[in-house]
Amino acid sequence: MLKPGAFWNLCATMTELNNIKIITHKYFMKNLSIVALSLVALAATQGCKMKSTESAVSGDAASKVYVAPGKYDEFYTFVSGGFSGQVSVYGIPSGRLLKVIPVFSQNPENGYGYNEETKPMLQTTHGFIPWDDQHHLALSQTNGEHDGRWLFANANNSPRVARIDLKSFTTEEVLEIPNSGGNHSSPFITENTEYVIAGTRFAIPIGNAEASLSNESFKANFKSTVSFIGVNQESGHMGISFQVILPGMDLDLSRAGKGPSHGWFFFSTYNTEQASTLLEVNASQKDKDFIVAINWKKAEEYVKAGKAKKMATEYYHNTLNHETHMATSEIIKEVLTLDPNESKDFVYLIPCPKSPHGCDVDPTGEYIVGSGKLAALIPVFSFKKITDAIAAKTFEGEYYGIPVIKYEAALHGEVKKPGLGPLHTEFDGKGNAYTSFFVSSEIVKWSIKDLKILDRVPTYYSIGHLMVPGGDTKKPYGKYVIAYNKITKDRYLPTGPELAQSAQLYSIEGDKMQLLLDFPTIGEPHYAQGILASKIKDQNVKIYDINKNKHPYVSMGEKATKVTRVGNRVDVYMTAIRSHLTPDNIEGVQVGDEVYFHVTNLEQDWDVPHGFAVKHADNAELLVMPGETATLKFVPKKSGVYPFYCTDFCSALHQEMQGYLRVSPKGTATPLKWGTGKTDPEPVAAK
Amino acid sequence: MSRKFLFLSFLSFALIVASCGGNSEQPAQTQGSTLKEPGEDDANKVAASDPSVGIGKYDKVELSTPLDNGMIKAGEQAYDVKCGSCHKLTDEKLVGPGWKGVTERRKPEWIMNFVTNVDVMLDKDAEAQAMLEVCMVRMPNQNLSDAEARSLLEFMRHNDGVK
Repeated sequence: MLKPGAFWNLCATMTELNNIKIITHKYFMKNLSIVALSLVALAATQGCKMKSTESAVSGDAASKVYVAPGKYDEFYTFVSGGFSGQVSVYGIPSGRLLKVIPVFSQNPENGYGYNEETKPMLQTTHGFIPWDDQHHLALSQTNGEHDGRWLFANANNSPRVARIDLKSFTTEEVLEIPNSGGNHSSPFITENTEYVIAGTRFAIPIGNAEASLSNESFKANFKSTVSFIGVNQESGHMGISFQVILPGMDLDLSRAGKGPSHGWFFFSTYNTEQASTLLEVNASQKDKDFIVAINWKKAEEYVKAGKAKKMATEYYHNTLNHETHMATSEIIKEVLTLDPNESKDFVYLIPCPKSPHGCDVDPTGEYIVGSGKLAALIPVFSFKKITDAIAAKTFEGEYYGIPVIKYEAALHGEVKKPGLGPLHTEFDGKGNAYTSFFVSSEIVKWSIKDLKILDRVPTYYSIGHLMVPGGDTKKPYGKYVIAYNKITKDRYLPTGPELAQSAQLYSIEGDKMQLLLDFPTIGEPHYAQGILASKIKDQNVKIYDINKNKHPYVSMGEKATKVTRVGNRVDVYMTAIRSHLTPDNIEGVQVGDEVYFHVTNLEQDWDVPHGFAVKHADNAELLVMPGETATLKFVPKKSGVYPFYCTDFCSALHQEMQGYLRVSPKGTATPLKWGTGKTDPEPVAAK
Repeated sequence: MSRKFLFLSFLSFALIVASCGGNSEQPAQTQGSTLKEPGEDDANKVAASDPSVGIGKYDKVELSTPLDNGMIKAGEQAYDVKCGSCHKLTDEKLVGPGWKGVTERRKPEWIMNFVTNVDVMLDKDAEAQAMLEVCMVRMPNQNLSDAEARSLLEFMRHNDGVK
């Protein structure tokens, strides 16, 4: 029986959280009037017609998500960590959390951004940034299919793009984006990973210039930029090939063309009204904003012909080397820019209703689906019609000198009355599209060819992005769609004001979508990517080869351990192996010394990291992978004896994996002395 | 559809499910795959034939004299990085037993199998298990290559006075 409060909670969820005044969802309106009559009577006799969990989940759901102990999931999914700044990895269909990959935030679990080796990864032109906001992900592709090499991630706040290596599941590279006000329209990629894209969400004055804040100043001074980041196909290393400078507006999401539309990139926009304040109202005035279509092959030709301008700027390029185990930062001082008013005919605008979010290209590459957050329909554009319209110059005008194609000329058709608040669309490779609806909390399945609605299922609650594994590629795996919801509310046991976010797994194998599973996620899941596990798992790095360790402070075996002093800098070359640290007794350190513990894990076995912690170290701890060297900086503030130990359970004698650092007052003559002492009790010869 | 009806339907469904409790039908086992320990099957065959050579791919190791100096040197390097933390070159036990006399106590095949097939040996070989009971720390699998293992064996023989 529905509890008296349950219906009210559900409806309250919808009103509070959607924060809109135009709720017209028929179930809601119907029920709202009933509520007005008698809440108690309603609760007793009339259920909210939003499906409850019991009715939405049919009997065989459990067996479809059950992955027996010791068995593997069929898919890896990589899920953005939103405001956590990290990326999480889940197995599908089980929904089991496999790993959190630190990318744009310090990570206390493994020392990313805390240890001396990885601090440079979070360096920017504005210093060390410990926490960012991570929204979208893109798996590398070859011929429009996942190739399992890399995963790209955007930092939404301080504009950056990261590359994660899918052998080690570590962030290997972070590239800062100049002339960007917030890297939202990113990191979508072309079908052979030629480019990763970085489009600015906030228009800003170019070159970090100052300008007054008013709608007039916005129109006069603010610009949007799109950076095309080239990717070295061997190393994966990224570099900004060129930037396109666009009129000031907000770039939201983007997708590369594929197949016939390969060579083009499409961006959704909002705030083409060009407001600097109260965008909630001021950026929602026009019936239509734009989809920006950029012919990047033509842009490449302009760059090759020397048409791009060198602009002085500054941005960081941080890379992690798995042989030195260290990250280094390089500061790049210029960027090439292309102005569509000077180099003509490679940028076009297509009107799209109304503040579009999703801008998704179907697996054939022919159809581009715009999802206007405030629109009551979904426009589907045809790439062929777009190119025909460009050839015939079927334009309705210009926007700051850029041709605007006539809406009807580019349109394949509209999906009528699909739901409220369409956000994002993915595809199953069988001619069907799946669009998320934030306001009406549902996924709608429709046919691309005839634009007919085929099915709809509720989500709990307020879905943002959705993801079909491979759903943005030429060959979607087409088995599941996963909803990434903004609101969890009553779905799990309550944990105070702060709740986990939620994902929901649906089967799309049959004609009707079927809800299979809820599972919590870290941070806020925006977009995600899913790939067959078989494309990644066998290339997995299990250890780092100690013989290839080129860390400048590595200890190649215990014989190489030592402690050195230069001025007030003390370097401790330490090794860890089950189950002792060498040296484990260190004397001669003074208050105020900068002590660097360089801990080399001598293990060469999978899943045997060692941890390292020193009492009252106000920086961090370490977690050191087999064959790796990691460094903790410790500046003791008071004299005394400081215990240190291994923090990651490693063997039956893990608890014994400990030692002492003696810290003397500044200026004392205690000599440096170190070692791992004589065996005690007296040695016993083993047979 | 009323809540009540739904609830009753669910209840009856639950009862039906419950009444099938003794059913031997297995839950879906087909999701994904398991990682197979490579070479484990071969390893067991060897074990069955001669326990004193241990379990692994080495059933015959050719030894020769005089010792190969290149291998001794490579073996010592590998020892320093991967073994010396726990094994002394004397007969003194540290974490593991000292290496003095090891080539007299063990067949070369057993040594080669132990250092290259550590986990299987610790789980199944009686001699290795007996050592684990004394040392109480599982010998780490140090991922030795075949060449490294053979060099270590040469270094052990050198340490035991073989010329």
